Amino acid sequence: MTADSVRRSTTIDSAVTDVLGMYEQMAVIRRTEKAAYDLFMTGLVKGTTHLAAGHEAVAVGASAALRPDDYVFATYRGHHHAMARGATAEECLAELMSKSTGLCRGKGGSMHLTKASAGMLGSYAIVGAHLPMAVGAGWSAQLRGSSQVAVAFFGDGATNIGAFHEALNLAAVWKVPVIFVCENNLYMEYTAIGSVTAVPNPAADRAPSYGIPAEIIDGNDVVVVRDAMAVAVRRARDGDGPTIIEAQTYRHYGHSRADPAKYRPAEEVEKWLAHDPLDLARTRLQDMGLPPALIDEADERAAHVVAQAIEAAKAAPPADPADALTDVWADGGAQWRT
Amino acid sequence: MADVSTGPGTSTIPASNQAAANPGTAGKLITYREAVSEGIARQMRLDPSVVCLGEDIGAAGGVFKTAAGLFDEFGPKRVWDTPISEQAIVGAAMGAAMTGMRPVAEIMFSDFLACCWDYLANEIPKVRYMTGGQVTVPLVIRTANGGGLGFGAQHSQATENWAFTVPGLKIVAPSTPADVIGLMAAAIRSDDPVVFFEHKGLLASKGPAAPADHVVPLGKAAIARPGADITLVALASTVPICLAAADRLAESGVSAEVIDLRCLIPLDMATVLESLGRTTRLVVVEENPYQGGWGGTVVSIVADEGFELLDAPIRRVAAACVPLPFADILEDEVIPTVDKVVDVVRRTCDY
Repeated sequence: MTADSVRRSTTIDSAVTDVLGMYEQMAVIRRTEKAAYDLFMTGLVKGTTHLAAGHEAVAVGASAALRPDDYVFATYRGHHHAMARGATAEECLAELMSKSTGLCRGKGGSMHLTKASAGMLGSYAIVGAHLPMAVGAGWSAQLRGSSQVAVAFFGDGATNIGAFHEALNLAAVWKVPVIFVCENNLYMEYTAIGSVTAVPNPAADRAPSYGIPAEIIDGNDVVVVRDAMAVAVRRARDGDGPTIIEAQTYRHYGHSRADPAKYRPAEEVEKWLAHDPLDLARTRLQDMGLPPALIDEADERAAHVVAQAIEAAKAAPPADPADALTDVWADGGAQWRT
Repeated sequence: MADVSTGPGTSTIPASNQAAANPGTAGKLITYREAVSEGIARQMRLDPSVVCLGEDIGAAGGVFKTAAGLFDEFGPKRVWDTPISEQAIVGAAMGAAMTGMRPVAEIMFSDFLACCWDYLANEIPKVRYMTGGQVTVPLVIRTANGGGLGFGAQHSQATENWAFTVPGLKIVAPSTPADVIGLMAAAIRSDDPVVFFEHKGLLASKGPAAPADHVVPLGKAAIARPGADITLVALASTVPICLAAADRLAESGVSAEVIDLRCLIPLDMATVLESLGRTTRLVVVEENPYQGGWGGTVVSIVADEGFELLDAPIRRVAAACVPLPFADILEDEVIPTVDKVVDVVRRTCDY
């Protein structure tokens, strides 16, 4: 049963259906990240992964406030953003597993998931590099009069790199329709962001320097994220320029690969695990009167989707060696000389 | 349509627009400096998605006046002054290029490419490839390049070889005003990212104006002077150096052919190898340092594929492997000069 069929078969109002839809999306992402971890540990995913379990509400809530033609730029911790914009669990896992059916046909990997057809214009693995790109995409929308907006999602660690500051200033000066969404999970990699940053709120506290409005929100509450994002998107579409949203969240896994994240105090981990995005959404749904059985059904659908995705990705053909020498140039080729 | 295409996806423009955009300029001489702004303006007249951004390029017309007149003709919605933020300039150009625009970004001095090197090394050239071809990045990064004007170590480098290390960037470095216009047309119309090096030492030089609709395809070298005894391969500032050297060599009976590569990527080795088949001797003249210079790749291809064409060892005339000094007398010690080229050519011909 899909969220749409829930809408048809019950008297539940659309507000509840919207939250249930976001819950189910988050449930798919959570299970996909768990699958990515398991597949990495069994050697079926090579290289590295930066899992976003715990961050689901930022991606799903923000996407819920966007139009299909808006632009999203994400980081190497970007599986949730690709999926929130419409990438399937199967095409993400296939990419991680170096399969020809992957989002990027095996040429990107975990850190570069992209679904341009859904406005998800890439995951970038040089910290902060994509913030100026998002400004450029928003500037482009402004020049074309399309009323599209661009969104850059980035970690707390990106707030101390030059591109962050250059992007904020230019976006403010040109009143670009761009929303900067910081996923502040308290740790840049293995080091607490607070121990290397001059201000307590690494993104929001910088905003006044650039005359940009900022809001600090509970990034684990998908409804809070969606509503804050809707305000920022409206401001951008109305021509009032950029907004910074600092979404406080927490990652359930370590920074990358098998990092056990032992640098995080046990009581801090415990506190944040008790503030899980899925649990918060479930509580909201129950408070809205949705029978728990319907939430369980959403979980079952998510589990089924991801189980099928794992099998399909495993069965998919490997990347095509011929693809190694394609797609350098717009003509599809790689010829550099005569 | 213009006389050449730059490949699939190249913007197609009705002939009527082209004629309106390019007033006849035949018979006139223009400077290389004027050719830059003229070349950009011709494309801006044709294609509303072409926009310029950079430091001081608006009402000021650029510090080298290579954007002169653009702001007056096209206004602030097409010609954008930026802060001194090279990452934001090039990064924003990239984002705009991925979403339907054809930005032309100016980085004032090519030395400053180092300030936004992440975008040239990691972002712009890779995004199409690493997304499996999902996006294109049709942008031009223009930059004033090279020495000879006494600007010292941080404003004088010839940095084409920096870009030459990165697969995924097309690299243009014209030597004449007409080529500036023709290659600018191809660069802006290209759906690939192009780094366009404008040589500071050539800005005041004059040449015939380009005809209307002039387009020089990327990756097609020119034989700037035909000759029979030796092939000199040159780029940008070293083209006039080699032409002057060829004049002097002719006085003593040496007929030197001068090839102007025009572009480093695509690299027109077919023209070089064809020339070498006739002359049997090769000297490559490059302004960048010998270490890591583009000539190393040219001669390695000749060694791989043209060794049997050679009657003498290959020679490279490149800059010394030191930072560029300030004083003219010191700078001349470091970068290629006519005297140095003549000397190396004589020794190669005497081999």
